[in-house]
Amino acid sequence: MSDKVLMKGNEAIAEAAIQAGCRYFFGYPITPQTEVAAYMAKKMPKIGGVFLQAESEVSAINMVYGAAGAGARVMTSSSSPGISLKQEGISYIAGANLPCVIINIVRGGPGLGGIQPAQSDYFQATKGGGHGDYHLVVFAPASIQEMVDLTSNAFDVADKYRTPVMIIGDGMLGQMMEPVTFQSKETASLPEKPWATTGTKGKREHNIINSLYLNPEDLEKNILERQERYNTIKANEVRYEAVGVEDADYVLVAYGMTARIAKNAMATLRKQGIKVGLIRPITLWPFPTEIFEKTAKTAKAFLSVEMSMGQMVEDVRLAVNGACPVHFYGRTGGMVPTPDEIINEVKKIGGVL
Amino acid sequence: MEKVFERPKALCNVPLHYCPGCTHGIVHRLVAEVMDELDITGDTIGVAPVGCSVFAYNYFECDMHEASHGRAPAVATGIKRVHNDKIVFTYQGDGDLAAIGTAETVHAAARGENITIIFINNAIYGMTGGQMAPTSLAGQITQTTPYGRNPKTQGYPIRMAEMLSTLDGARYIERVAVDSIKNIKAAKAAIKKAFTLQMQGEGFTMVEVLSSCPTNWGLSPVEALEWLRANMIPHYPLGVYCDKKLEG
Repeated sequence: MSDKVLMKGNEAIAEAAIQAGCRYFFGYPITPQTEVAAYMAKKMPKIGGVFLQAESEVSAINMVYGAAGAGARVMTSSSSPGISLKQEGISYIAGANLPCVIINIVRGGPGLGGIQPAQSDYFQATKGGGHGDYHLVVFAPASIQEMVDLTSNAFDVADKYRTPVMIIGDGMLGQMMEPVTFQSKETASLPEKPWATTGTKGKREHNIINSLYLNPEDLEKNILERQERYNTIKANEVRYEAVGVEDADYVLVAYGMTARIAKNAMATLRKQGIKVGLIRPITLWPFPTEIFEKTAKTAKAFLSVEMSMGQMVEDVRLAVNGACPVHFYGRTGGMVPTPDEIINEVKKIGGVL
Repeated sequence: MEKVFERPKALCNVPLHYCPGCTHGIVHRLVAEVMDELDITGDTIGVAPVGCSVFAYNYFECDMHEASHGRAPAVATGIKRVHNDKIVFTYQGDGDLAAIGTAETVHAAARGENITIIFINNAIYGMTGGQMAPTSLAGQITQTTPYGRNPKTQGYPIRMAEMLSTLDGARYIERVAVDSIKNIKAAKAAIKKAFTLQMQGEGFTMVEVLSSCPTNWGLSPVEALEWLRANMIPHYPLGVYCDKKLEG
């Protein structure tokens, strides 16, 4: 299927996952991501896959834990409050070195929050969320086409590094429609998983999927081994988009939908003669530190624009490491920053206003 | 000379960590004997809980998956949905199954999930040192009910076999005990029946095993079995609670 089709973001994720060879989906309804589950419920039975509506997000992620341990390409999706519930399972999946894909179509929080788009789960996604020394690889698409491409990629990265991968979108990306193209992909060559619980057939030692190591030396060894993989991920999987940063005095930093709004503001500012660039992290973890180090040598200031009270800005500050000022502008609770608001912020920083 | 007694092949040749007199060893052995007799070890995937039997993954020769506390039925569901030709069982204690994992247990049964649960009911939290379990009896003294469990403030003990038997998705549920040779034989027969039904694709099966915890009950192994007989069996009567052909 290489023709362009008009699809809603949530449905596009589901179709991309199926095309990537995902045949197991365990979920629980929550706005604004329920179309992922609805699409899976419709499609999976027709292609020999499994869609199961669990009794809770806790159960759904633990079904993912079981299916991932059994060697399957498996996915779950939810939105912020549901992702909070999944954190226990995510920690175990990371601890047991299992691959899976988790979708978070973020809504406003904390608590029940709201159902409008937000980016206030950045900390939860990139700094752990659950307990213990682990990371998720976190992809942040900014268009539905990119959601499709990254979903496919997410399964490969998960399998390659035996790690859970999160795709973080927001309510806007989940709900809006855009034309997309699906690159037909060979799914026949899924990687071998000799560690999986497939039954010994009496031909090998039993496989054990586990995250318990009571001996601290063993647990540290396990964590260090995972850290080695994280280092490889940092070396190989960092993704970002940088536009107009070479000559920029002011560099906007934004991910997901906010980056598209920031790009709009950037175009206006450029027309007015203010040299503005944009860095759009596509992997939130690992964070694209190098481009910040490089850009900080020539830029006057950075402005992180987020649909939160300032979460990614902390990583921007760490990456810029004091080389120049890092400012923040955000709207939260389901409110979306406008290009004009961003333009005003840049002008304030530049002393133009 | 003919060997008349030996370790079941499905049981790993490692020392078990259980306390002296604990009945986990007996139940492990029964599960392993059943796997041997049905010749299914190579096609079985077990799910271990959190609790005293957390290390069950080291004790069975089949593939094993260690779940988080209470989630074993959800993990087993994930495994079974991927490998529906394999035999999938969970091994869970009362805290795991009847407190923190109640939702997972009830809904696995409600779905008629084709798995087998071995439920160890010893009326206490063993691993953490003897706190009240959902199945602790009224009046039972534990670390967190030092004046005896008062149902008015600490709730009533849950009868899981009876409760789950009301669900349309439950295929076979039996409560057994491992306090005597006769009951141990019956327990083995129940476990074998549950596994066999699963192999025939019949649906959700559970065997609740009344067990003892001499260490945390503060009794000798023999006294503990007597206490089980005198106190647990009257509240948790043995027998088949559900054995029905499912419709549809």
